[in-house]
Amino acid sequence: MSVLLIAEHDNSKLKPFTLNAITAASKIDSDVHVLVAGANCENVTKEVASVPLVKKVLWCDSPNYQNYLPENLAPLVTKTAEKYDHIVASANTFGKNFMPRVAAALDISQVSDIIKVSSPDTFIRPIYAGNAFATVKSNDKKKCVTIRPTSFDPAEKTGGSAQVEKIEAVDVPNSSKFIKREETKSERPELGTARIVVSGGRGLESGENFKLITDIADKLNAAVGASRAAVDAGYISNDHQVGQTGKVVVPDLYIAVGISGAIQHLAGMKESKIIVAINKDGEAPIFSVADYGLEADLFKALPEFLAELNKLNTIQK
Amino acid sequence: MKILVAVKRVIDYNVQIRVKEDGSGVHTDNVKMSTNPPDDNAVEESVKLKESGKVKEVVAISIGEDKAQETIRKALAVGADKGIHVKADNYIEPLGIAKILKKIVEKEKPDMVFLGKQAIDDDCNQTGQMLAAMLNWPQATFTSKVNLKEKSVEIVREIDEGLETIEVNLPAVVSCDLRLNEPRFASLPNIMKAKKKPMEQINAKDLGIDLTNRIQQIKVEEPPKRKAGIKVANVAELVSKLKNEAKVL
Repeated sequence: MSVLLIAEHDNSKLKPFTLNAITAASKIDSDVHVLVAGANCENVTKEVASVPLVKKVLWCDSPNYQNYLPENLAPLVTKTAEKYDHIVASANTFGKNFMPRVAAALDISQVSDIIKVSSPDTFIRPIYAGNAFATVKSNDKKKCVTIRPTSFDPAEKTGGSAQVEKIEAVDVPNSSKFIKREETKSERPELGTARIVVSGGRGLESGENFKLITDIADKLNAAVGASRAAVDAGYISNDHQVGQTGKVVVPDLYIAVGISGAIQHLAGMKESKIIVAINKDGEAPIFSVADYGLEADLFKALPEFLAELNKLNTIQK
Repeated sequence: MKILVAVKRVIDYNVQIRVKEDGSGVHTDNVKMSTNPPDDNAVEESVKLKESGKVKEVVAISIGEDKAQETIRKALAVGADKGIHVKADNYIEPLGIAKILKKIVEKEKPDMVFLGKQAIDDDCNQTGQMLAAMLNWPQATFTSKVNLKEKSVEIVREIDEGLETIEVNLPAVVSCDLRLNEPRFASLPNIMKAKKKPMEQINAKDLGIDLTNRIQQIKVEEPPKRKAGIKVANVAELVSKLKNEAKVL
């Protein structure tokens, strides 16, 4: 009943959501094995081996896995999956990209984006942008599962010493080619894992005005989010988008500014612990999920908010 | 070149869905239905490629009950040439949908299959990748830019960290993101013309595929409701509440 989890990394470091996926995998079965496929990624295998919940690390090193092209990665996962009952990965753009290829190759109906493990074959997953929760049971012999990282706590990082076993690479089809990746570099915390998120919507009216949001974010050591409307309008890049088709965030504090609260936006933030809404339209749907609503003109309220925050001396760094 | 573009009929994205009391699903009677939003982007891109002269024919396919034909007609009205309706009255999982699409691909022999990255009803995000695997084709998911070349297609994809550029050989499956383009509206004359375009009908049962669903839906329920919050009078009160009541500052 072992679980095979596919690690996400950049060949030198493990990506943090893999730790959340490890927690989820351990709720399916305690015998969690992690596949680290990459190029010159030995450091990553060491990182994974020290996670106490991990029982074994499978390491496959080949230039073919450097950029985790799904055409190359999926055949390796499919072959490795022979000995496992569950194949698990994060439901982010990494896991979503290759896991269905593995499931199709194994003739398995994948269970996507689970938020809870009820039993080894039964899971809870959101549907309709999180407006309903479905409890589903997989009747396949093996199960391919992607997990929503923010619904599980990250696993402890140190203290373990799992065995690392090298495995052979498999043939690749040479049908796809990686060209480049333009990662948005930021001094701020990552949107997916930040304790506080400050998001702006169409109410900001321009990209320049987003400075009002980033000033507050910097004061609070928060990540910057945005509604789809703000991204579509070109105020800010797509990797800031929170919602059904963007990122799902579960911070301690979510501050939505100039965001009306469309269904697809709520899907990405309504599990946040505390939600603040600042909007001049008192009828905006965002107020229905907000713990604290401030009906105000954001262009007046945000500078005041920053001034008030500057008076506080308790803000955690 | 030829493109097969897959479209799905779903509950309109603006509808606040209601969960059935018996936990068997959500209410769909008398609910507004539309094309799955990123499928509209897939149709738009296919039609734009046709208009650029690089693509000769665009075939739109939908799988589902008879009303799925409305979704196909909409694709025909914005410029697709031919429709294929695969009739299926029950819900089919992405695995089964991909198997049906594979059969149609083998018959129609397109150079590319375009579809939306995800359906907004079951939120699975699987069909395109599964189809690509079954055909042993490369794939491009979360596509926000398409540059079609002679034997390959260069794609910009939206990933968690930003943007990624890849090049995949043809034939390929392309799953489309919402920022790929701005889907057009059909004009009335084009809606009328679309009624005369050919629509092939196939019964899913006749394709010789085992479509038994592997995942059993045990129950559907409403997510836990948030407790009603309060409105604060001004910024000072907001900060005071966040600091002293919620203790998050």
